[in-house]
Amino acid sequence: MADVKFTYRDAVAEGIAREMRRDPSVVCLGEDIGAAEGVFKTTVGLFKEFGPGRVWDTPISEQAIVGAAMGAAMTGMRPVAEIMFSDFLACCWDYLANEIPKARYMTGGQVTVPLVVRTANGGGLGFGAQHSQAVENWAFTVPGLKIVAPSTPADVVGLMAAAIRSDDPVVFFEHKALLAGSGPRPPDDHVIELGRAAVVREGTDVTVVALASTVPLSLKAAEQLAGEGISVEVVDLRCLIPLDMRTVLRSLEHTSRLVVVEENPYQGGWGGTVVSVVADEGFEMLDAPIKRVAGANVPLPFADSLEAEVIPTVDKITEAIRRLSVY
Amino acid sequence: MTPEELLDAYAEMVLIRRTERAAHDLFMSGLVKGTTHLAAGHEAVAVGASGALRPDDYVFATYRGHHHALARGATPEECLAELMSRSTGLCQAKGGSMHLTKASSGMLGSYAIVGAHLPMAAGAAWSAKLRGSGQVAVAFFGDGATNIGAFHEALNLAAVWALPVLFVCENNLYMEYTPIEAVTAVPNPAADRAAGYNMPAEIIDGNDVVVVHETVARAAERARKGEGPTLIEAQTYRHFGHSRADPAKYRPADEVERWMKHDPLDVARARLEALGVPPETVADRDRRAAATVDAAIAAAKNAPEPEPALAFTDVWADGGAAWRT
Ligand SMILES: Cc1ncc(C[n+]2csc(CCOP(=O)(O)OP(=O)(O)O)c2C)c(N)n1
Ligand SMILES: [Mg+2]
Repeated sequence: MADVKFTYRDAVAEGIAREMRRDPSVVCLGEDIGAAEGVFKTTVGLFKEFGPGRVWDTPISEQAIVGAAMGAAMTGMRPVAEIMFSDFLACCWDYLANEIPKARYMTGGQVTVPLVVRTANGGGLGFGAQHSQAVENWAFTVPGLKIVAPSTPADVVGLMAAAIRSDDPVVFFEHKALLAGSGPRPPDDHVIELGRAAVVREGTDVTVVALASTVPLSLKAAEQLAGEGISVEVVDLRCLIPLDMRTVLRSLEHTSRLVVVEENPYQGGWGGTVVSVVADEGFEMLDAPIKRVAGANVPLPFADSLEAEVIPTVDKITEAIRRLSVY
Repeated sequence: MTPEELLDAYAEMVLIRRTERAAHDLFMSGLVKGTTHLAAGHEAVAVGASGALRPDDYVFATYRGHHHALARGATPEECLAELMSRSTGLCQAKGGSMHLTKASSGMLGSYAIVGAHLPMAAGAAWSAKLRGSGQVAVAFFGDGATNIGAFHEALNLAAVWALPVLFVCENNLYMEYTPIEAVTAVPNPAADRAAGYNMPAEIIDGNDVVVVHETVARAAERARKGEGPTLIEAQTYRHFGHSRADPAKYRPADEVERWMKHDPLDVARARLEALGVPPETVADRDRRAAATVDAAIAAAKNAPEPEPALAFTDVWADGGAAWRT
């Protein structure tokens, strides 16, 4: 039967299930991921298909979850650990900042840590300050972590496959505002190499670099501006590490104008690194200053109207692009 | 332990003692930079445990971990070369004293964030359980680690999942410069917590290699039978300060004297004597250890520094460090 709808949240479970079917060393652990199928329903069907031997409910112990995943990864398993909300990464940050990314290096290459830490990231669902932050930039400050943040169901599946197969640790950000969205179900064995950005809309006037939730926002902005005669190219980075700067620089060769749209705060956001590489290696190509549309430097407020003030919106993106196009 | 096993254990302990003395002297003479946390005095814990484990079992240690690397087969030369920033070091001079690792014999690292490796050991034990390998994992940690969250999260998870893991506390009475009793709500910092996790616990003489061996052997057997984790609090004492050149003036003289009289090497020697092992045999092991460590010092001193390119290897599993296209 053809799928009526293949949602982003279905894609998470499907992506994990595909890898669990092909590789018995893939195991899952996290809070409420088993019989309850996840608070975001991103592990639906896993417990039923693979049972309690491969899908493990944990106590509320973020350090034990990620620390145990690390120990298992060092000893022959490929654990997929869930941290329910990305804000909670702070509770086990030692593992992401000091243990997992450093173990291989500081032992002179004696150990590998092939694990995935998945987590629900970002705003848009009105959960308030401690359950809404986009924190991909936290991970971006740590050498030794790979970072994935897909924007479509098909990319979720393809990048989940690559993340689980990766011999390096991967932090996999699932955006809460995208969970209910749907798209085509990818074919079997759909794998997207980590570190490959996608040009998701071609254009000639301005390049917009986006990630996760800001991809659909940027596409909407591009659609609106097409009506005004502005041609926007949208690049979906898909991964922050490896960071596909080659695709960004190649796009700038024909647009010469750059807007970076990121949900994490402007202060310390990943866009700062993207634009610093462009300033260093792409300066001659630019015909205008670079604009960053980013989260504001405030905690996320609760009310939708207030939240819209501080995270990227279609209006903020169109405004930034319009200004650049007439520069 | 048979007399032969005990003699081997003694020899290993002497080798560790000699290596630690060398590390101390090399630090004082400026050939070892940064810091060291010496385990002289703690030898019986590492050697007793290691002898009771299978070669494929997993061991996780702290920054005070030289004895665990050595007990699991690292050579004094590899260890001293690492401390001296030589390319022949255990971790290619990328780890240093606090991160000695010998993964090829299951010694999966020394970790310098207090308590962080307890969940890892639980995870390695979980992995062994999932694979049905019959392996056990052991986390060695200090008394100070019993007051950090990761300790409690690891014990609970290990108990709930009945994991084949041993938590071995090396209680040397101090966390850095503070007596552990001054900052801990219970008298036995590790063992008194075990009941809260429905986990059996034993308090043992950590300076008696035979006692450590037997206790760990029993706990490992339990774990292999699927009966879950055990907590062992091994009482011991460090012979040097906490780190670097710390003279450990905060420890009362009578306490130091009492513990120095209960040196794990003396305890083992007395046991060997009681078993009828001739003193010449014991002295021969002392001589061999001294010769091994002297040779190790010379070899490490003569070894080359690491190539600069090594700074950019092994961030990733492909051996490289590339972060962008
Ligand atoms: C999380 C953390 N906090 C503080 C320190 C600094 N520190 C290093 S060793 C140490 C004392 C630990 O004492 P204990 O666990 O008893 O081990 P011992 O050094 O006695 O072997 C402290 C506080 C650290 N490394 N990690
Ligand atoms: Mg201590």
